[in-house]
Amino acid sequence: MNDALMKQMKERIEALKKLPGVGSKSIKDVLEENGFTRRDFLKWSAAMAAMLGLPASFAPVVAEAAEVSDRLPVVWLHLAECTGCSESLLRTDAPTIDDLIFNYINLQYHDTIMAAAGWQAEENYEEALEKFAGRFILCVEGGVPTKDGGEYLTIGPEAETGLAKLKRTASKAAAIIAVGTCSSFGGIQAAYPNPTGTVGINKVLNKPVINVPGCPPSAKNIVGTIVYVILYGQLPAVDNFNRPKWAYGLRIHDLCERRGHFDAGEFVEQFGDAGAENGFCLYKVGCKGPYTFNNCSRERFNQHTSWPVQAGHGCIGCSEPDFWDSMAPYEEPLANKKFMSVDADATADKVGITILTVAGVAIAAHAALSAIKNPKE
Amino acid sequence: MAKRVVIDPITRIEGHLRVEVVLDENNVIKDAYSSATLWRGIEVILKGRDPRDAGFMTQRICGVCTYSHYKAGITAVENALGIEPPLNAKLTRTLLDFALFFHDHIVHFYQLHALDWVDIISALKADPKKASEEAFKYVPKGYEPIATGEDHLREVQKRVAKFAEKGDLGPFKNAYWGHQTMRFTPEQNLIALSHYLKTLEMQRIAAQMMAIFGGKNPHPQSLTVGGVTCVMDLQDPARLAEYMTKFKELADYTNRAYYADIVMAAAAYGNEPSVVQKNNLGNYLTYRTMQTSANSWLFDACGYIKDFDLSKFYEIDESKIEEDVTHSWYKDTGFRHPYNGETVPEYTGYVDGESINGEGKLVHTKVANPEGKYSWIKSPRYNKEPMEVGPLACMVVNYAKGNEKVRKVVDEFLAQTGLPAEALFTTLGRTAARMLQTKTIADYGLEAFNNLVENLKVDKTTVTPYVIDKNKEYKGRFIGDVPRGMLSHWCRIKDGKIENWQAVVPSTWNAGPVDGNGKKGAYEVNLIGMKLADPTKPLEVIRNIHSYDPCIACAVHVMDVKGKKLGEFKVDPLYGAC
Repeated sequence: MNDALMKQMKERIEALKKLPGVGSKSIKDVLEENGFTRRDFLKWSAAMAAMLGLPASFAPVVAEAAEVSDRLPVVWLHLAECTGCSESLLRTDAPTIDDLIFNYINLQYHDTIMAAAGWQAEENYEEALEKFAGRFILCVEGGVPTKDGGEYLTIGPEAETGLAKLKRTASKAAAIIAVGTCSSFGGIQAAYPNPTGTVGINKVLNKPVINVPGCPPSAKNIVGTIVYVILYGQLPAVDNFNRPKWAYGLRIHDLCERRGHFDAGEFVEQFGDAGAENGFCLYKVGCKGPYTFNNCSRERFNQHTSWPVQAGHGCIGCSEPDFWDSMAPYEEPLANKKFMSVDADATADKVGITILTVAGVAIAAHAALSAIKNPKE
Repeated sequence: MAKRVVIDPITRIEGHLRVEVVLDENNVIKDAYSSATLWRGIEVILKGRDPRDAGFMTQRICGVCTYSHYKAGITAVENALGIEPPLNAKLTRTLLDFALFFHDHIVHFYQLHALDWVDIISALKADPKKASEEAFKYVPKGYEPIATGEDHLREVQKRVAKFAEKGDLGPFKNAYWGHQTMRFTPEQNLIALSHYLKTLEMQRIAAQMMAIFGGKNPHPQSLTVGGVTCVMDLQDPARLAEYMTKFKELADYTNRAYYADIVMAAAAYGNEPSVVQKNNLGNYLTYRTMQTSANSWLFDACGYIKDFDLSKFYEIDESKIEEDVTHSWYKDTGFRHPYNGETVPEYTGYVDGESINGEGKLVHTKVANPEGKYSWIKSPRYNKEPMEVGPLACMVVNYAKGNEKVRKVVDEFLAQTGLPAEALFTTLGRTAARMLQTKTIADYGLEAFNNLVENLKVDKTTVTPYVIDKNKEYKGRFIGDVPRGMLSHWCRIKDGKIENWQAVVPSTWNAGPVDGNGKKGAYEVNLIGMKLADPTKPLEVIRNIHSYDPCIACAVHVMDVKGKKLGEFKVDPLYGAC
């Protein structure tokens, strides 16, 4: 099995090596210029392999994949969004390898950072589509408004709708990555009553889309997905919501630093109380960690500086579809959820109201929560 | 015959923006149209929600000024409920603001704006030794330049040369390199280029600075109605030290790079007409921001100046804030206070026309219809007058009010550059004001940090408890300055749910279309009179528009589909008019 996989990846990398790259310098040179050793790079490769669920013996292949990343043209399209995902990428770890990988891919179009504007920017766009037809990765940030023909977003001198531009671009892309919850599931603008008819991009495309949700997603999940595409030449194994399993396979709750307090039945009853000062579990003030599939509790944010649960606020479930509606109110346990007459499911209700209020039986709650599985396969 | 230039997309901004200018035979701008091309409808989505959720949703208005709308959403609800968060919470929020301003302003100048001033290709011709010496000319007294040693510059040059040799400049291709209004010498370009790269590193430190008490960045998550949740971090001396260290790093960088580069730009661009042309709109509006103790704010002015007159300061009257949609894609007529917002989308699109393309040919384009509607942005007005908001407004209005810290920072800058105060009212001045605002924070911001530490010794409260009475109706607002200028959020709560929400954001004030009285907003009116060297490369327009740091996702979201009347407007005595 592993041998076959190794063979597949090596073939893929050999094929990529034959493509014209942007530069003549290898990532080794880039590393040296930035003061990194080969050892650091291999360490990163091993970590990335582990993150992608590959055996340790695959680390050298991951390193090779990173080295051919300049063969990978990327077109980044902004639709209905807040630019938070681009900002997240801009803050990607530095000076670590993730950042170099991102700097090292062949970024053909990204309107938040590119120098050209207006006609010149449009020219770059059309040229990239033509020159790299069938070869580029399309990263989409933002949902796509569909109501009234998509008139809520237009781009360019001919006022092409975002919907038309997305379809046109996607038809030429080799792979499509929905970066963030907006492009994955519609995001904030698709929350009830969704006045612009915004949807996740997979709803209007007839090609597979890999979703990397989060509001915003961590840079690691974005970079990891790109490395995966290079390695496999195909989209990673995903769950029911097209999220890569390697990043979204575990619940926030599974590796949470406050998990011990949950198991011990120690909860923050309200913000600012003694439980908050002691770092107790945030379930009762609305943490959605038990219902949210993502790796935040392991990876954290901003070079591991912190994450919402560490800062004393519960998870709001931002990588789940329709979380703006299904997880609200964000500061109440899901059990008490009653929004737009939709009641929370019976299990959560029982856990939140009946069991969790009784200290000492949280183990039972844990058993119940564990019944919530990532919708795999 | 009049020629039109359509610039869509305006890149290196947040959001989707188009700007059209009409030129006379001498390529002087006679008219201009600013048009936002995306609408998302976040206020209508807020209706019927739990008021405690508002901050998280308003936050998603923008991922760049990622904290501004979060704080505004939470504070507007606190104001409506009549509660005041503990001092610890207020000061912690200020610390998050500092991180945001540092981040936003340096990223704006280097990553978004610098390519309008700095010619990367020209930097390749520079003499690193001369450039290294040159860098000493611009730093403030008592500082040495950063990242401009000869060896360092040589490395920067090598990296960029390798990049340029590839033949595919990636995100840097097809820009306006060699444009005749680019004024830096090769050496100056090299200095700025080095800082462009260095800023990528510094902005991560600013983001970490926010994450310490904010949980993450973008979209921090440690505010709650009534206070802040990061009580453990606040009581951890190691965390406090981490914050202070990063603050000092950013403050140091502000002086040794950002400040110095603006002084350098003032020296080089002082003779470039398009950047020192005086604005045509002389009204500037701001509101107090960054609380530094129980009763003081770093920028304490709540008011405006008129007709460029720095000698008279006027206090704001909140009831005079209104919005008009005559030329915006909404149904309605007349001016309305945000509490009475009545807006239904009515997209009428663009009309067929012609404009000059990148090759100088007249080609078919969709163009704005000046007689009709042409933007998703509304037109806010104060007492029926357009106002410019932003760091320039913050600095000049605080200056006029007599804010001593602001006066000191501004006067020193004017003295060092030899520029008159008048020079502030230009594209160059607007870009300088953003830096001067950052420097004010760098010089005086730690006061807030020190006051927080002192207060934590005697008071550990971080949250004020409250009850939302379902039988009561509430009304409240947030007003304050954020990185792009004066922001206000206005809310009404009924039956324990959000009845109405309206946001009047900085980029709306600046980027809105002409109003029903024929008065233009800052973008449009300030472009008029500017001469373009080459209509196929409208760099002067882009430089001017970038100097406002456009945030268009922020500016386009205002709507109340039901068109309800929302009752009278009253200022809550708790926050009050200042």
